[in-house]
Amino acid sequence: MKGSTAMTTLEAGVASTATNRSQRLWMYATMVKSRHFEALVKVAYLEGKQPMFNMAKGPIPGEMHLSDGQEPCAVGVCAHLGPRDAVTATHRPHHIAIAKGVDLNAMAAEIFGKQAGLSGGRGGHMHLFDPAVNFACSGIIAQGLGPAVGSALAATLRGSSDIAVAFMGEGAANQGAFHEALNLAAVWRAPVVFVIEDNAYGISVAKRDCTAVESNATRAAGYGMPGVHVAANDPDAVFAAAGEAVSRARAGRGPSLIEIETTRLEGHFMGDAEGYRPPGEVDALKALDPIPAYRARLLSEGFEAEALDRAAQAAVAEVEAAFAFARSAAYPAPEEAFEHVFAGDR
Amino acid sequence: MTTTAPSRRLTIARAMSEALAQEMARDPGVLVLGEDIGKLGGVFGTTQGLLDQFGADRVRDTPISETAFIGAAVGLAASGMRPVAELMFVDFFGVCMDAIYNLAAKQSYFSGGKVRCPMVIMTSVGGGYGDAGQHSQCLYATFAHLPGLKVVIPSNARDAKGLMLAAIRDDNPVVFMFHKALQGMGWLGTVQRSITDVPEGDYTTPIGEAAVVRAGTDVTLVGLGLTVHLALDAAASLAKQGVSAEVIDLRTISPLDRATIRASAAKTGRLVVVDDDYLSFGVAAEVIASICEHGGATLKCPPMRIAHPDIPVPFTPVMEHFVLPNAEKIVAAVQAMFEPAA
Repeated sequence: MKGSTAMTTLEAGVASTATNRSQRLWMYATMVKSRHFEALVKVAYLEGKQPMFNMAKGPIPGEMHLSDGQEPCAVGVCAHLGPRDAVTATHRPHHIAIAKGVDLNAMAAEIFGKQAGLSGGRGGHMHLFDPAVNFACSGIIAQGLGPAVGSALAATLRGSSDIAVAFMGEGAANQGAFHEALNLAAVWRAPVVFVIEDNAYGISVAKRDCTAVESNATRAAGYGMPGVHVAANDPDAVFAAAGEAVSRARAGRGPSLIEIETTRLEGHFMGDAEGYRPPGEVDALKALDPIPAYRARLLSEGFEAEALDRAAQAAVAEVEAAFAFARSAAYPAPEEAFEHVFAGDR
Repeated sequence: MTTTAPSRRLTIARAMSEALAQEMARDPGVLVLGEDIGKLGGVFGTTQGLLDQFGADRVRDTPISETAFIGAAVGLAASGMRPVAELMFVDFFGVCMDAIYNLAAKQSYFSGGKVRCPMVIMTSVGGGYGDAGQHSQCLYATFAHLPGLKVVIPSNARDAKGLMLAAIRDDNPVVFMFHKALQGMGWLGTVQRSITDVPEGDYTTPIGEAAVVRAGTDVTLVGLGLTVHLALDAAASLAKQGVSAEVIDLRTISPLDRATIRASAAKTGRLVVVDDDYLSFGVAAEVIASICEHGGATLKCPPMRIAHPDIPVPFTPVMEHFVLPNAEKIVAAVQAMFEPAA
């Protein structure tokens, strides 16, 4: 992450949950960066897929899960993290990767399947790995939870105050892996923060139709850890909740669960007709877009428009440069498919 | 059993949905469960219209809880129902494999035949569209390896309906694998040959019977699902070169119709097996073993496997298309068989 202020503060042992000016500016700019990244992904993804949409075509084939609307979850949590803290993310990973400070050029190049991509084009958008900032994600629901517990235990065994954060959607809370990982983390007092991005839908199935409890935060009680429900899709609210959970983890007091009511402003994947959503729902959610809302709050609380604009422009410029890099980067040689199946392979 | 009722051209997705609807209407014990199979009608269109026709009791959108709902299907089956559970991508089987290979597959054996497990797991397979290594695998052999499971893979809509009806009526767990490249979803390209005439009435395609889908005399090409079409494309181009290829569609890999394979290989004396699953320990090896272990068929040249190499399915198209089987690779393999030994 670029918000090194947060990390410095925490390393100094002053784990404040109150956002300061630079952190809030970073959260705003990072949300803008993430949203612009998705905007450029959208453009590139649709190239070659019109007028007949075919997932196999264009410079970015395959499924594409966009994170529009979920940015507050990523920035509010990652503002507390440094590069040594581990993050595992989901099939919808871009906002979290960006907030965690994943190399933007290499990430964009990966999504385009280029040799300069994070894995040289082998993984694609659901499989972004950047060990430099301890970030990984995957395409199977709840798959990252166990690994987060392991990363956290490793940090403890090393004697560091590093922690792990496992992001997931609300659908993941119905997987066995969720319940097992929470229990294990609690038993081991592992420094993990479990973060549920509750966007109300698992593809087409509404949370209320497939979840036994109204709030997944209440499930934390079953595993002896705090469960916090953040009702607002708001970076400051997420930052506050995450600050407490992160402090608790760093202090050796064990895991926590945070559930954030967020919004999915796009389909499950690009091309999803979303016939399962009530008419007008997406428009209503777009009216609550957290980025302009946050900007308005910052302005009302004394931030200068010029400062916000400058930060936003810098973020946009970084994304533009990353996409220019990715588009002009070379494809790998086909034979490179055979490399890295095993460690040490070439 | 065939019917004289009229046919229409259907996609595999439509044919599967129709089979499910007809069997649910015929047998009140049939129910469908899985992720996004209700309101959405299945991510791959396998359950279109079922929720409206049969209601939420028998068409159940599940949580993302494969361990629970595949396990529940085993319990439903043991209790006299005939559940059809959709596992959206075969790649997701890892979450729930215990219920499949240690439970469903062994119900009959462990109970001395007293408990039956008439359930279907329908699951999408295959890549070629850039969905990377957790959404593009085939894993045919993984399931066929396990005693107690039947495994079917239709290459066309007519067989898809017949195999689905046979699978539901079978008293054993049947893994019904449908290939995304054949499914007929608008958002994924579809091999047009998979869209076929489908009788409106009731018929089954017997589990355990391969089909000779193109007769020939010089070489036997064996495929399953998508690779049947690659083999047919290759056969068409080989015909122009004066080589007569016979193409076998396995349709079922457990139990494997070894007799049909042997008869064809005995006739042509040459064998190429085309599989988009991982190469090693796979369907192609099993097909070749069926010939090698059988003294009756003497091949004129060593058999060949064309399969996905032993690497995870890569994302970037330049790599994925390089490693996937295709008609050109099949043609080249056959041509090599006819070249005089150096």
